[in-house]
Amino acid sequence: MNKLLLALPAVALLVACHNQAGNAGGGAASGAQITGAGSTFVYPVLSAWAADYQKQSGSSINYQSIGSGGGISQVEAGTVDFGATDQPLKPDELAKNNLAQFPVVVGGIVPVVNIAGIDAGKLKLTGPILADIYQGKIKNWNDPAIVKINPGVNLPSSAISTVHRSDGSGTTFNFTHYLGQVSPAWKAGPGEGKTVDWAGGIGGKGNEGVAGYVKQLPNSLGYVEYAYVMQNHMAYALLQNAAGQFVAPSADTFAAAAATADWRNAQDFNLVMTNAPGPQAYPIAASTFILLPKQPKDKAKSNAVVAFFKYSLEKGQAEASKLDYVPLPDDLVKQIESYISQNVK
Amino acid sequence: MNASAATIEPDAIPDAKSGAGADHVFHLITAGAAWFVLILLGAIALSMAWGGRLAFETFGWRFVTSPDWDAVGGHFGALVPIYGTLVTSAIALVIAVPVSIGIALFLTDIAPRWTRSPIAIAIELLAAIPSIIYGMWGLFVFAPFMAAHVEPWLSDHLGNKAIIGPLFSGPPIGIGMLTAGIVLGIMVIPFIASVAREVFSAVPPPLRESAVALGSTRWEVLRSVTLPYTRSAVIGAIFLGLGRALGETMAVTFVLGNAHALSPSLLMPSNSIAAAIANEFTEADTDLYRSSLIALGFLLFIVTLIVLTIAKLLLLRINKQMGRTH
Repeated sequence: MNKLLLALPAVALLVACHNQAGNAGGGAASGAQITGAGSTFVYPVLSAWAADYQKQSGSSINYQSIGSGGGISQVEAGTVDFGATDQPLKPDELAKNNLAQFPVVVGGIVPVVNIAGIDAGKLKLTGPILADIYQGKIKNWNDPAIVKINPGVNLPSSAISTVHRSDGSGTTFNFTHYLGQVSPAWKAGPGEGKTVDWAGGIGGKGNEGVAGYVKQLPNSLGYVEYAYVMQNHMAYALLQNAAGQFVAPSADTFAAAAATADWRNAQDFNLVMTNAPGPQAYPIAASTFILLPKQPKDKAKSNAVVAFFKYSLEKGQAEASKLDYVPLPDDLVKQIESYISQNVK
Repeated sequence: MNASAATIEPDAIPDAKSGAGADHVFHLITAGAAWFVLILLGAIALSMAWGGRLAFETFGWRFVTSPDWDAVGGHFGALVPIYGTLVTSAIALVIAVPVSIGIALFLTDIAPRWTRSPIAIAIELLAAIPSIIYGMWGLFVFAPFMAAHVEPWLSDHLGNKAIIGPLFSGPPIGIGMLTAGIVLGIMVIPFIASVAREVFSAVPPPLRESAVALGSTRWEVLRSVTLPYTRSAVIGAIFLGLGRALGETMAVTFVLGNAHALSPSLLMPSNSIAAAIANEFTEADTDLYRSSLIALGFLLFIVTLIVLTIAKLLLLRINKQMGRTH
């Protein structure tokens, strides 16, 4: 809290400078009304940042968590000041609408199971096995492929009930993107997307729906955001990463994925972090991306948006960890700040 | 209401001409209200058909007959949601109709007089519970109960029988068409029961008393006097319930399993039209996908229209057979 208070004058100064440089008729920066729309995943942390930032700067942020697709179309139409999406846009799509893009937080997607006698972190899975289970090729928990990497674990012969998201979601996009990277059969079959053609299984609405089904159905397997695993004390499985290590989902392994992902060569941060190469990297790490117009009509407002995200990236990351999100590595934050100053005029 | 009150105010009565004028205005207002509903209905149907035109153009009849639903490949078919919607609504009615008529009869005929209005109010309160509450109850309480007690029994005892066997086969997961149908049935009971109670209590007492005087049992009074007398109103109540069951979204999406898979088994997950739209609309990111979801909405409209038409025709036939017209 003390640190935040110390940061206050600096932020206020920053906003004031931006405001002077901008539209003279825009009024005081302290009164800026910023609107945003998009990803539901980022909503809890964005609203925490917005509340803190309003206390310090007076700018209010109104964020509508209507889903990434809605966020993209609204920022393209110019009805909101920024959009947020779980699936990054390609540079040509950004160029078409003259948008800038950068990540703000990192999270992870975690396979969770409900098998009697198997606690969190006891079961090991690999990407190809996950893909085979979701394609219906591996049907039972005591399949030789699963038994082989889980010596000493008592696996039942029961059929696996798979649970997926019934609503279109960035979680599903990141999960299926990962499966596509590690399993050629998945890439050729269901492919990647916010909803795919699942081979059977049950669809739960939202992370809470999937978590609810997995907790209730014996011998089920699902995938949810990390925060839901922590809040619901679910039995997560360890996942083998690109370096061959079995890693547990945690702030450290997500951060390792963010640090080893190749951001430097990703134009407009168009990078999905799945299957990152680091030895400690969690294989299904994901981030949410902010979309901003590069040449905004309302200069003062755009400056207020930039100041808000600068504050969030620098000072808001402690708040993010409290809510089970993972802060971006310092290196990446610097890279984002120089990207913003170069691109958003 | 106000307009009609104004026309019979004492001051207005001596002046016959202005009374007629007020009557005319009243006529226009009520006719306008009726036309407004029709125009609204037409406009909704048209705009959904227009929004879904891309899907209809692309897939033609295959949109109705295909069970595919693949957002990545861009293949959409509405067969699974239509099937799931009809099956869950049918299960709901099979449960809700006898129970509701039983409740209504008990309240008008059998229950001690002082208990009638508290129970009637309690039933109407049930109708005011938001559907998401039913959905959460279904997911957290009812589905585990079904999975642990009801479905294993069904698949053990009925799953291997001829003809009805396929309806009750499959793993007992508690999430599926049967659970969704039962939750829907519980949801529509208050709608059917409260209307049925109103119309049962409107049956003139002399009719029932005469039947009792002739030595009829309660069942015979219900079958030969109360139900024939209130037939069209009761069928209206049932279709009010059916309309609600066909369009129910939140409660169904929690317990139906939201899987685009066609299965004869009532224990297996499926999808419904309303649940599919609610689940997928926010992230439907291609034009064809969005259009397919709007086309689904249009099909729900058509399905409801067909079901209601069949009901009206049935009612007409019954009335003809009984030699009565309404």
